[in-house]
Amino acid sequence: MENWRRNPLVFWVIGLPPTAWLLLFFLVPLTLVWVLSFAELRGVVDMEVTGTLSNYWRALDPLYLQIFGKSFVFAGLTTLVSLVFGFPVALAIVFAPRRWRAVLLLLVILPFWTNLLIRTYALIAVLRTRGFVNFALEWFWDQANAVLSFVGLGSLQLLGGRFEPLELLYNNTAVVIGLVYVHLPFMVLPLYASLEKLDRSLIEAALDLGASQLRAFATVVVPLALPGIISGAILVFIPALGSFLTPDLLGGTDSQMIANVIERQFKSANDWPFGSALSFLLMYLTFGALALRALYARRTAGQGRG
Amino acid sequence: MVDNKPRRATRRSFLAGTGAVAAGVTLMPKFGWGAEEKKLNFYNWDTYIGESTLDDFNKASGVDVTMDLFADNDELFAKLKEGNPGYDVIVPTNDYTERMITAKMLVPLDHSKIPNIKNIGKAFMNPAFDPGRKYSLPYMWGTVGIGYRKSRVDGVPDSWKWLYDSDRYAGRIALLGAPGTVLQVGCKYLGWPLNENDPAKLEKVAELLIKQKPHIKVFAEDNGQDLLLSGEVDVTMEWNGDILQVMAEDPDISYVVPKEGGLLWEDTLAIPTGAPHPENAHAFINFVLGAETGAAIADFIQYATPNAAAKALMKPEYTDNPAIFPSDSVIERCETAIYQGSEYSQLIDRLWTRIGAA
Repeated sequence: MENWRRNPLVFWVIGLPPTAWLLLFFLVPLTLVWVLSFAELRGVVDMEVTGTLSNYWRALDPLYLQIFGKSFVFAGLTTLVSLVFGFPVALAIVFAPRRWRAVLLLLVILPFWTNLLIRTYALIAVLRTRGFVNFALEWFWDQANAVLSFVGLGSLQLLGGRFEPLELLYNNTAVVIGLVYVHLPFMVLPLYASLEKLDRSLIEAALDLGASQLRAFATVVVPLALPGIISGAILVFIPALGSFLTPDLLGGTDSQMIANVIERQFKSANDWPFGSALSFLLMYLTFGALALRALYARRTAGQGRG
Repeated sequence: MVDNKPRRATRRSFLAGTGAVAAGVTLMPKFGWGAEEKKLNFYNWDTYIGESTLDDFNKASGVDVTMDLFADNDELFAKLKEGNPGYDVIVPTNDYTERMITAKMLVPLDHSKIPNIKNIGKAFMNPAFDPGRKYSLPYMWGTVGIGYRKSRVDGVPDSWKWLYDSDRYAGRIALLGAPGTVLQVGCKYLGWPLNENDPAKLEKVAELLIKQKPHIKVFAEDNGQDLLLSGEVDVTMEWNGDILQVMAEDPDISYVVPKEGGLLWEDTLAIPTGAPHPENAHAFINFVLGAETGAAIADFIQYATPNAAAKALMKPEYTDNPAIFPSDSVIERCETAIYQGSEYSQLIDRLWTRIGAA
């Protein structure tokens, strides 16, 4: 690797396009939204940037804070469930034979080849009252009933007179299922990356020294995978926090998340300044959470050294 | 909407001031008035034009039509709000037509270039949202009512009560996910005008919905007809045309406009400000309003046509279908939504947020 100071031309040629891209298509639009959050509505399409803070005051209303809170709970649950399901998956891939790993990783990424909307609609077909899960359950119910009739217990109706399908769709559980489904790969990949670097002799040493499997996992594997857990958690938590499609399509009457409110400000409510203020408030809260985490990490690191 | 303060940087001038970021893609007419290129950009709803209408227009005029689709009026409005990205003909619903006229987002139509105006029914020629039809012409109209599964309800659910104020169909109810429409229809149920704007009364409707919420399965994003068809719900608030489409697939489904009256809507044809091909746009609107074209479109999409000459060509299955053309007594009880300004939109959104959060 050459030092960029010694060859600045290469640095500029390679570095300029992405920098320009980020400036033009990320920073500039974001700045526009930020400026808009200090604007007031004037008529149907015009907005005047007056430097007002009223949009932020409105956003701090308990009504909206409550929805912020709910979104954090949804995103937190999604992160937790993704971690619980993602960890064994990542571990399994790491311990799989080397030639299988690429295929298994491909399977994790495979859902990304399909559009999010299509995947969500597919989930609707799986979860709805007359969906695949309920079809399968009904089949088992029929089989069990057939067995019961065969042994002469059919008339007792032990399983109820009629199959009652589960209500899996249009509630908060469906939203979390959908969010986990969409975000699971973001958890598995960083976990895999950090577990793959793990020195297996450490686990063997722990086991040799008398630790149980569980103890070795909890005191050796998890702490070593911590960087992967943290980046996975961040990669899942932040996009889940801003989801609006999943609660829209899978949620029930009280699955509204903050991004749904924001989306409405740019559409039906036609209140861009307020929508911008809500967006930035969400961003500040996310930054705040990340900063707190960094602070905490630094403090624990400091304690470790001391 | 009078602005007495000295005008400082508005959103638009602010954008213009920051450079060409947003302005880049606006198509400008390449040639002068009269010598237009043979192209037209049509921005329409999904499945909302005849099967061969665009090809027929191309054969008749040589103009190539490119059609883009929008999912709802909000999308249409948001897309054109920052300047027309190049559309020539759009299809906004009445209250949005009104909103766009207020915002100077539509150009006045030259009626002399649209002789087929004569085909339009008299009742449609002077609506409150566009007096004298200066900016828009009627395309299709219809109602918002209740779609239901006959075998799963008692009799005909001909009152909004069953959706707004009753647990008889608990867990089998879908309402539209459109905040304005749901609250406006709630006003109708409580005996107030559809366009009631008294915050205290709208608050009452919101309270009613919060009380009813445990019985409502979902606020459907324009897919109530699919929920009805798949057996997810048994009663749903929907646009009549959507229910008609699933009625054709499943004879157990039907549609009724409740006795309290519903929402009457009209989709309009209009030319947005900055349209690159205004001549072609006029020719296209004239073509669509032709008797035979109008009949072919109505036959395909099964919405009610305001085109009297087209309706005269249609079969009785269409003209006598009460789900398409409700009786006059039903229509009398229906009302059209009007555009009521930003404060009303904000109030509706706040109430809707509260209903969702409660």
